[in-house]
Amino acid sequence: MPGRLERGDAMALVSIENVDMRYGGPEGTLAVSGLDLSIARRDFTAVVGPSGCGKSTLMKLVTGLHIPQKGAVVVAGHEVTKPVSIVGMAFQNPTMLPWRTTLDNVLLPLEIVEKHRHRLRKHKDEYVAQAEALLETVGLKGFGSKYPWQLSGGMQQRANLCRALIHEPELLMLDEPFGALDAFTREELWCVIRDLHASRDVTIVLVTHDLRESVFLADRVVVMSARPGRVVAEHPVPFERPRDLEIMYRPEFNEMVQALHGEIANARELA
Amino acid sequence: MSTVTENNAVAATPPKPAFRINWIKLAPVLYTIGLFVLWELAVIISGLPHTVLPAPSRVFQAIVQYWSPIWKNSLQTFYTTTLGFLIAVVAGMAIGLLIGWSRAIYAGLYPIMVGFNAIPKVALVPILVIWFGIGTVPAVLTAFLISFFPIVVNVATGLATIEPETEDVLRALGAKKMDIMLKVGIPRSMPYFFGSLKVAITLAFVGSVISETVASNNGLGNMMASAQSQFNVPLVFAGLIMLAVEGIAMYALMAWLERRMTGWAHRSSMAA
Repeated sequence: MPGRLERGDAMALVSIENVDMRYGGPEGTLAVSGLDLSIARRDFTAVVGPSGCGKSTLMKLVTGLHIPQKGAVVVAGHEVTKPVSIVGMAFQNPTMLPWRTTLDNVLLPLEIVEKHRHRLRKHKDEYVAQAEALLETVGLKGFGSKYPWQLSGGMQQRANLCRALIHEPELLMLDEPFGALDAFTREELWCVIRDLHASRDVTIVLVTHDLRESVFLADRVVVMSARPGRVVAEHPVPFERPRDLEIMYRPEFNEMVQALHGEIANARELA
Repeated sequence: MSTVTENNAVAATPPKPAFRINWIKLAPVLYTIGLFVLWELAVIISGLPHTVLPAPSRVFQAIVQYWSPIWKNSLQTFYTTTLGFLIAVVAGMAIGLLIGWSRAIYAGLYPIMVGFNAIPKVALVPILVIWFGIGTVPAVLTAFLISFFPIVVNVATGLATIEPETEDVLRALGAKKMDIMLKVGIPRSMPYFFGSLKVAITLAFVGSVISETVASNNGLGNMMASAQSQFNVPLVFAGLIMLAVEGIAMYALMAWLERRMTGWAHRSSMAA
């Protein structure tokens, strides 16, 4: 695993060491077993694998929503024992709150995170300006006063990304955020994510089923095995940044996607 | 990029031509008049005596004739019903929040609530009379007991159906249970809550009238019971009409409140 050795653990923002996670008591399903993964700062990691491979469990372990029974998860130098507030999360379902305007939805994390919640009232203007700037970067300028149900699915997902980023998290965890979108909207949002990653000091972990998405966006693609999930391979993505959507039509790109596809098919058979 | 769904009601309705009758708007009035006309005709044709089925003309005559007691008893019923209903709103909201708060409380209290709800409330009136005597108090309590269950169930449902993703997003940010309840749970249960008020207010009338019929010296329930014992059937029907009027008025008020407070929930179902 060359990606890991080069970077070393000192640089790692997230390091998962030999983690077992079992749901529902000692006899329950073992979701991941012997999971080892290290994610460097500023890195864009995509996690792919057959369905039910514990990708969502990985998300919950890193964010501290689940504490592993065995092994350790270290985020930003601290072992995770409770939810870590340096992460932003976005899921396939945008889960915007329908009674709040888009702007208020984006501001929601600031009402929760310790660092901001006490400042929010006094510095409201500053935060609103920040949220509006963020909405502009994802192409939602002027939509802050709309309600989420007045936005299309793609726009809701853009707003969802803003909500995940408003508190300037060091780590952004994306769980198939583009799964429910049509192909064109999805490509647009890939570019949004790509530009966000390029312009901000943020580490991104993207869990996805879409191999083209993973190769287009990530610095490194991690392949997980079928349940109980563990990392079976890590592939650095060789393509230069900034990447253009055009690269998806290059033969090297398709070769990599095909190789990943083969690996996942193997991982499924072994299960 | 897809476009925004426009929800502009003004733009949607074209300008009305001058002499156009809005049949939809008029329909409730026309149908009500139609019902009374059919009823009147049925009585005339069948020749039933007014001690069995009084014609609506006779009932309205009774309303005018007995206006003073009808008005007094209507106010009394209105008072016991709304008081019981208000207690039910406060208690139902509180218990609903408590039940929705944790799975353990939900699991423990829910069967008790279902069992309690299964008891016919009319069977409780004698007990209430033993404790509080006849009159206003048992009527208020019966209205309360019968109407609070739907409120509890609806508030608890609203809380219990928070999307797990929303909860995860907030918990990962360090949100406490209280934060999640205040920011998501309670606002999200409001449409369920206001929806349940329409059911609850109707039930509250059932409760207060039952109690007044069995154990009270005033209220519409009592008035109808004594009118019945004197074979004053038009007055019984007059009482029914008054109950229907009060019921419709309160239902309309609750429906208006619901639209007013949780418009987002109705509009969101219209959005594509």
